[in-house]
Amino acid sequence: MDDPLVREQLVRQQAATLDRRAAAGRGLRQVAVFSVFVVVLGFLYSGYKIFGQAIDDAQTDWPALGSVLPRTDDLNMPPILDILGEFTVTPGGTDQILGRQLFDEAMFTLREATVGFLAGIVVGLAIAIALARSRRLERGLFPYVIASQTIPLIAIAPLVIVWGRKNLDFVPWEWQDWMSVSIIATFLTFFPVAVNGLRGLQSPKPENLELMESYAAGWGQTLRRLRFPAAIPYLFTAAKIAATASVVGAIVGEISAGVGGGLGRRVFLEAQRYTTGPERLYAAVIASAVLGIFVFLVITAAEKFTLGRQGREALS
Amino acid sequence: MTTHAVRIESVSKIFNPGRPNEVQALVDIDLDISPGEFVTLIGPSGCGKSTLLRLIASLIDPTGGTIHVNGKSAEQARLDQDYGMAFQRAGLFDWRTVARNIELPLELMGWKKSERERRSKEMLELVKLGEFGDHHPAELSGGMQQRIAIARSLSFSPSLLLMDEPFGALDEMTREHMQDEVLRLWSETGTTVVFVTHSIPEAVYLSTRVVVMSPRPGRIATTIDVDLGGRNDDTRAETPFFEKVTEVRAALRAVEAA
Ligand SMILES: Nc1ncnc2c1ncn2[C@@H]1O[C@H](COP(=O)(O)OP(=O)(O)O)[C@@H](O)[C@H]1O
Ligand SMILES: [Mg+2]
Repeated sequence: MDDPLVREQLVRQQAATLDRRAAAGRGLRQVAVFSVFVVVLGFLYSGYKIFGQAIDDAQTDWPALGSVLPRTDDLNMPPILDILGEFTVTPGGTDQILGRQLFDEAMFTLREATVGFLAGIVVGLAIAIALARSRRLERGLFPYVIASQTIPLIAIAPLVIVWGRKNLDFVPWEWQDWMSVSIIATFLTFFPVAVNGLRGLQSPKPENLELMESYAAGWGQTLRRLRFPAAIPYLFTAAKIAATASVVGAIVGEISAGVGGGLGRRVFLEAQRYTTGPERLYAAVIASAVLGIFVFLVITAAEKFTLGRQGREALS
Repeated sequence: MTTHAVRIESVSKIFNPGRPNEVQALVDIDLDISPGEFVTLIGPSGCGKSTLLRLIASLIDPTGGTIHVNGKSAEQARLDQDYGMAFQRAGLFDWRTVARNIELPLELMGWKKSERERRSKEMLELVKLGEFGDHHPAELSGGMQQRIAIARSLSFSPSLLLMDEPFGALDEMTREHMQDEVLRLWSETGTTVVFVTHSIPEAVYLSTRVVVMSPRPGRIATTIDVDLGGRNDDTRAETPFFEKVTEVRAALRAVEAA
């Protein structure tokens, strides 16, 4: 090869291969770090429990300290193995093990969250496009987009349920309460999509916008071929936030609106009958956390796949 | 009367007129460019070279005077996609493969997929990067990206090519290599080229005419005709080249002293 540029290219390709290997190593390391983190958390929990037990036993010597620190008895802090074991126990009055029940409830909540997530993407993107289209709209409307998030979710949740039952009977399908929970989740999910989406749509450099103008491309063309593709890494960042927020929104929505069938309702009920089975509440909370982590990982995988195919990297 | 590729008549440009940050960027610009010419604009930084190029491209409008491209208004020429443009930064879309970057203007012009693909292949051969169509821009060096940007600007065979310091960010060796590439493309395609640079040897080596501009406010100081004939590896070491370099340098000195 006589071409200096092509020779330089070969060097670059080798560097890219090394980069990819380093990235794979980083992924493995992240998994390892997370596993260690979970185990350490378990040991801290158990360690504190033993420590607290010792203080409890010596109450007479340490009256002040013993009364300030959280209680560590089995009611307040059930042993970890008991909590994990609870997943395989069939609770009284039911015919399935708790783990199976929690799985079904997680699926129920996941459905609410997924619909809320998708609706949030659509609504958030529509807002982002509208605000990117017009400076005046951006200046006028953006403060309200921010302000919307100061409304307490718990306060509006019952309202949305009632409103859904009364006003949304015109839809061609039967309106159900879980759909209202999705609306509540949408309230949390549209926000990061709108904010990050707007940043992404505004991210193309002036020379790229000028290039499109030199081709006499209209706003729609520029949106489709430049602004939107440029926004995709931003949208994935938003989607990761929105996915976890959709689970939070669904759980909070279920609890505050009293919608049964999902993890939120389960957490609420187990909290009420805590004294007769604290392990069950812990198990339900763990199931909720796992669901949140699961949706996050799904979006992260989609991000890796999509951006990888385009030869791009995720925003850090 | 033959149609000029570019006809600029008493053009001036004031940015932010009537405001405290008003800038008189260009005054009294007259410049005619015939089809097939290779004209470079050279001058100290801030003398309005980019502004003049963007006026020709109808990316901005003149404050006074008129600009015609191929006998039509600059804006009509833009709408008719009469020109291709390449900037200092390649400005490739990093989510598109190299081939699809070259196809971008063709997509916007509604070419059929098969024709687009055939064309991008041809263009990749033309800039000698045939095997890199499926790569993404991030995998290519700066010089290669710049070649792709040039291929993109030529993909729809515009009759006019506007280039704003396209090699400004490249090292000297790559730069000279690219100069030969552009000369080859110019002679093979027969397009008119308006080329902005601040490198004297580059201007002399490439052009049929060097337009020397002076700053504050930007105007045309002199134009110097160049006729080096067929360039080769020795051209840059020969007397006619040096004489022209000296002439352009003297003109620039005069401009900067003023
Ligand atoms: N969009 C703009 N708004 C205001 N001033 C500008 C703008 N573009 C260029 N200028 C000013 O016009 C003058 C010429 O700029 P430019 O054409 O970029 O010079 P050159 O390309 O020769 O370095 C400079 O003083 C610059 O600050
Ligand atoms: Mg410039």
